[in-house]
Amino acid sequence: MTEARPTVVIGAGHNGLVAAAYLARAGRRVVVVEAAGHVGGAAVTREFAPHFRVSAVAHLTHLLDPVIVRELALERHGLAFARESLRTVALNPDGEAVVLDQRAVVAGPVAEPDRAAYAEFMVRMRRFAAVLGRQHRRVPPRLAWERWTDALPAAAVGLDLRRLGREELREFLRIVTMAIYDVADEAFESPILKGAVSLDAVLGTRLGARSGNSVFTYLHRLSGAAWGLGGPSLPRGGVGSVTDALAAASRLAGAEIRLASPVEAVLVRSGRAAGVRLAGGEVIEAAAVLSSADPHTTLLGLVGARHLEAEFAQRIHHLRATGTAAKLHLALRAPPAFRGVAAEHAGERLLISPSATYADEAFNPAKYRQWSEHPVLEITVPTMHDATLAPPGQHVLSAVVQYAPYDIAGGWDAARAPFEARLLALLEQYAPGIGGQVIAAQLLTPADIARDYRIAGGHWHHAELAIDQALMLRPVPGAARYATPIDGLYLCGAGSHPGGGLIGAAGRNAARVALGEEP
Amino acid sequence: MNRFDAIVVGGGHNGLTSAAFLARAGLRVVVLERNPYIGGATVSRELHPGWVYSNCSYVCSLLRPEIYRSLELGRHGLQIVPYGGGVTFTRDGDVLGGYVDKEVRRREIARYSARDADAYLRYGRDVMRQCRLVRSLLMRTPPDPTSWRPRDLREMLHVGREFARLGEAGIYDTIRFYTMSIADYLGEYFESDVVKANFAGSGIIGTALGVQSPGTAYVLLHHYMGDVDGQAGAWGFARGGMGAVSRALAAAVQAHGGEVRSDAPVARIRTRAGRVVGVALENGDELDAPVVLSALDPKRTFLGLFDAGDLDPRLVKRARDFKIRGSSGKLNIALDGLPSFPALGPKHPLLAGDMHFLDSLERFERAYDDWKRGTWSQDPYLDLLMPTMTDPTMAPPGKHFMSVFVQYVPHRLAGREWTDADRDAFRRTVFAQISRYSPDFEKLVVHAEVRTPQELEAEVGLTEGNIFHGELTFDQLLFNRPFPGFAQYRGPFRGMYLCGSGTHPGGGVMAAPGANAAREVLRDLRRGSTVPEGWSDD
Amino acid sequence: MRPPREHYREVVRRTPFHSRTTRANELNLWHRWRDYTVADAYFDVTLEYTALRNACAVFDISPMTKHRIEGPDALSFLNRLVTRDVARIGPGRVGYCVWCDDGGQVIDDGTLFHLQPGSYRLCSQERQLDWLTRSALGFNVSIREETEEVAALALQGPTSCTVLRALGLDGIETLAPFAMRTYALAGAELLVSRTGYTGDLGYELWTAPAQAEALWDRLFQAGEAYGIRPMGTHALEMARIEAGYIQAGVDFLPADRAVRVDRTRSPFELDLGWLVDFSKPNFTGRRALLDEQRRGSRYRLVRLDVEGNKPAKDAYVYDDRRNVIGAVTSALWSPMAKSSIALASVRMPWGRPTDELWAEIYYQKELKWNRLNARCRVVKGAFYEPARRRLTPPPAW
Repeated sequence: MTEARPTVVIGAGHNGLVAAAYLARAGRRVVVVEAAGHVGGAAVTREFAPHFRVSAVAHLTHLLDPVIVRELALERHGLAFARESLRTVALNPDGEAVVLDQRAVVAGPVAEPDRAAYAEFMVRMRRFAAVLGRQHRRVPPRLAWERWTDALPAAAVGLDLRRLGREELREFLRIVTMAIYDVADEAFESPILKGAVSLDAVLGTRLGARSGNSVFTYLHRLSGAAWGLGGPSLPRGGVGSVTDALAAASRLAGAEIRLASPVEAVLVRSGRAAGVRLAGGEVIEAAAVLSSADPHTTLLGLVGARHLEAEFAQRIHHLRATGTAAKLHLALRAPPAFRGVAAEHAGERLLISPSATYADEAFNPAKYRQWSEHPVLEITVPTMHDATLAPPGQHVLSAVVQYAPYDIAGGWDAARAPFEARLLALLEQYAPGIGGQVIAAQLLTPADIARDYRIAGGHWHHAELAIDQALMLRPVPGAARYATPIDGLYLCGAGSHPGGGLIGAAGRNAARVALGEEP
Repeated sequence: MNRFDAIVVGGGHNGLTSAAFLARAGLRVVVLERNPYIGGATVSRELHPGWVYSNCSYVCSLLRPEIYRSLELGRHGLQIVPYGGGVTFTRDGDVLGGYVDKEVRRREIARYSARDADAYLRYGRDVMRQCRLVRSLLMRTPPDPTSWRPRDLREMLHVGREFARLGEAGIYDTIRFYTMSIADYLGEYFESDVVKANFAGSGIIGTALGVQSPGTAYVLLHHYMGDVDGQAGAWGFARGGMGAVSRALAAAVQAHGGEVRSDAPVARIRTRAGRVVGVALENGDELDAPVVLSALDPKRTFLGLFDAGDLDPRLVKRARDFKIRGSSGKLNIALDGLPSFPALGPKHPLLAGDMHFLDSLERFERAYDDWKRGTWSQDPYLDLLMPTMTDPTMAPPGKHFMSVFVQYVPHRLAGREWTDADRDAFRRTVFAQISRYSPDFEKLVVHAEVRTPQELEAEVGLTEGNIFHGELTFDQLLFNRPFPGFAQYRGPFRGMYLCGSGTHPGGGVMAAPGANAAREVLRDLRRGSTVPEGWSDD
Repeated sequence: MRPPREHYREVVRRTPFHSRTTRANELNLWHRWRDYTVADAYFDVTLEYTALRNACAVFDISPMTKHRIEGPDALSFLNRLVTRDVARIGPGRVGYCVWCDDGGQVIDDGTLFHLQPGSYRLCSQERQLDWLTRSALGFNVSIREETEEVAALALQGPTSCTVLRALGLDGIETLAPFAMRTYALAGAELLVSRTGYTGDLGYELWTAPAQAEALWDRLFQAGEAYGIRPMGTHALEMARIEAGYIQAGVDFLPADRAVRVDRTRSPFELDLGWLVDFSKPNFTGRRALLDEQRRGSRYRLVRLDVEGNKPAKDAYVYDDRRNVIGAVTSALWSPMAKSSIALASVRMPWGRPTDELWAEIYYQKELKWNRLNARCRVVKGAFYEPARRRLTPPPAW
């Protein structure tokens, strides 16, 4: 008796698991092959020092698609939030911090006109972001049509835009390619407000605050607004609990997850993906292959350029995917005390980005493959809300640090120590005494992320999330609708629309395409 | 007699173009120019006896041939003389020459990379595809994508058809082109840093962006979409200096019965009950006309020619937020003889072309970082030309005029005004870079005019010294130029129009904004258009 | 170190045979073939052409672009590059190939020389370094343009084999079409391939530039008794049209040079479908060409026999209802076929053997212009193809 060939999903990160769950629920036999000895990909909780655990790469969820949460019943599989909709605390080197949520200035030294302006700004940005968010669950439209029905998906996007109303649509079309620096400058006076907004725009990108298209990345960050999401959240037990729940849901649906099974190659026969070969030589013949690995790894590594046509291979080759975000983890003896932050806000999301200019200047060294002397940081202290991550009374600080380019001049072996020292000195400035509380520190550079999580370039989004690599251009024309030029091979990772950030939509959309539920 | 059918504020090339087409339609037109000379930034001036400086704009390629022909600019004395090539000097004493002959040019690029030499053809093809698209839009009024009016829908359809002609991959590549940085774009073609640097300048000229800034690939197009006699991307000199363009346009205005007044600064545009009624001059004179066109940049127009109280506050905010950043300066230099450039050697054909001295993208980007910090680039991008190698009319025999465009140069220095000492230090920075490649250059200098954005603003009226009347980024292009909802040349009052480079299709000595604005005026007056349609390219 | 910068002083270069071609060029007629200057005609176009068909003629093909492709992946790289199965071109053999972009549109055609296992030379009209290098992503190959390192002559015509024998190339008569062999000539290496662009019996001779003049001299010495003459591009053009061969930039626009994306052609649309091998696992353009096979082509290249004696140069082609359906790309009066012949690109479905097509010809006699509608017959294959072209050994002249 031979069983029907399985559908193979490469990678048990969140998108791979989402894809696996949907495929299995639709009745496909699914085998997920994961290189690591655990599920989660870059959405994992790991012990970085004895008894201290941290969300290793991604450390917050702010875009997780509620439809996926509901359809896969993730809460039944253990997903719970230690804290939802964190506020943002923009640290102020000169005094009291500014506390924000996605609607208003909550506290801090912000003048009245700016408070009103911020509220107005956020209403508009969330409205624009919702237009983007509404595209997350859709397969990106084609822009060339043979039949009028081909034009419908593009028309649906057009309609979403039109529904903004004339004035708002005009404003959307004006600002969407702009630099966040300029848009923030138009809106506010307060440097610290501008800095906070700028950081959210450039986080996880190779853009500075003055780079065009950073408004687009800002809107992407807010795009959960389409679903009413109000801000970043901390899953209980770290983001690993999201992928654990996804793994449970996949298994329940019938998917088999094979850990410690790195894929060496996607087998291509007569232009079709016929299966995968694992390290060690085992071959799994497959009906279809979905890869949640990044596009470089999938297409140029596992498939190989020779199985692609030349121009398509070049497009992948030129896909920009150079990570600039590092991750700093500190195990602390005591809760960190940041200057100017009231006790009630100490567990919120803390930003070091005191002005838009600061956020832009932090980027300058990255252009020359150097790390930022004055970096921007997004800091969380998850242990303020979640006691499971550290011994009682002790704490974990988790910070995204920019800019730390993957391709650092001279290599990260040499750059690691001075950069880490610089980060601790900077933290000391904002949280005096923190250095004395450090039990252990871990710095994950993009090079570490590339190696440990098998992401070419160490980029969290698998590929830079810029307009020229978004929607029908993501990752590249010719593979933007999850199907690739190799029949039976689909991309289902963050490198595909709508990108990274723990959304899960790429996995869901790709599964739907593979199942023939989408044209 | 101070009653006119139409008044044009500003006697630069766009104002004159509008006036010429309106006069040709039989309107009684006057152009009012603040300065004692006409031309705005399209001007030739004898600032040192015997030398004629094109002291603002200095080369010509974008001037629409439809307009040239239609206004008979040749008959009115204009002659465009193409010049040959360009060159990038490298720090190791070599050059990358942009020879006119395409095989010689190929061999020259191959000295740096054989592959890049061949990739240059693909690059040229792809840029030409974009040129064809954008050229089809130059002599048209941008449609409002938020409108359902038949005319806008029709124009949208035109744009859609032009897009469709690119093919599916071409459509995607066009979106990428408009949103990418010039550095990333060049990276898809070339491997040699010198080759990339050689082409990168066009992506940032006149723009307060760096080569790594998204959006700069389009700026490149703005310098490639012109042509001289069908030679796409070619550049030429206006014989006698750029003022020849304005003189010919003014002659065209006068030939059709229009009037051009210099020394006539306009203080404000007069309005009554939602429509314009004329202008008031600074000397108190009032001129009446039911139609007023402003060739000034949007900031000057809305914040300078109106009382803020007369305008919708949202429009005032738009004008305040308009990005019009000074990023470039200019040195105009009279030379006692021809400086030598040892890397080229004597009598080299490329002495007649433009010269550049940045040989890596990193130097470009660092030059921009200086500007962001509020200072002029310590290692600036220069576009240096000696028009006298081609045009004998601009200096005494054997002497030369050198035009040095300098980027980046901020409008203010870290928040303060320029001083004479700053200007001199800036001049020394530029001289030092030139001298490094031309040791005898400084000895030959007879006179040098230093123009920072502050001079450009004060003399020519370019706000912040921005040569394009506003940044050429997507948020200020096409239907967004100058502001969303005001991209069809009409202002907030009936009878009020914008006709300067702050409107579609933007800056450069192109004259298309002026022509397009005139067409809209005539349309509103229900007069037949005198403005030619764009020449289609099959 | 970069190559010297003074190259600009010599805008147009001379081929390694220039000293000889100059001496032979009694008309002093030249034109530019990219980097090089080559003879349009040496003494009389018709007589040069006649020498080719009647005895033999020599054409300097040194400016032809040549790339060397080597390395462990050379075969798999080439198989991904071109549409035909390169594995069937064994060492010592030459194959005619086309290569396409991802859209299945022809970039160029050329001849691929399998010099020795793992080492190939690709000869083409256009430079291809950019395309070849970009196509090489993921392959372990080295690609180098070697145009300047090789001097080459085409020796074509019925006496060509005899002349090479007289030159001392023993056994040359056993060289089959599309085969090649290396000889030693006066201590230097000479590669001879039985290839050409004339549709006639003929050979191409490849050597180092330093040997070029000696080769020319010896060849003409050996050929003196057999009517050898130099031939310029005009005579060659006559021969290639008679043979029905297409030329890049004339009969099709190379896809990688096309600004207007709808101006390109697929191999099927150039009557080169026989070069497309779908049994290969992958090659660039495969998906698009499969799609084209399923949906049908847009154009067809046809060879037309045009009624009357006026060359149909630049003529529009009409169907029997006077609708324009295409245009002539190459045309001339064929001395061998004694008819006006043309290559044309027409819209599908026209160009079937039974279609009645018309060419609108404009011609001028003594400054008077005339317009002529000439009936055209679709011809299969070459307009002129002598049996000697394929025979091994070739028949005695």
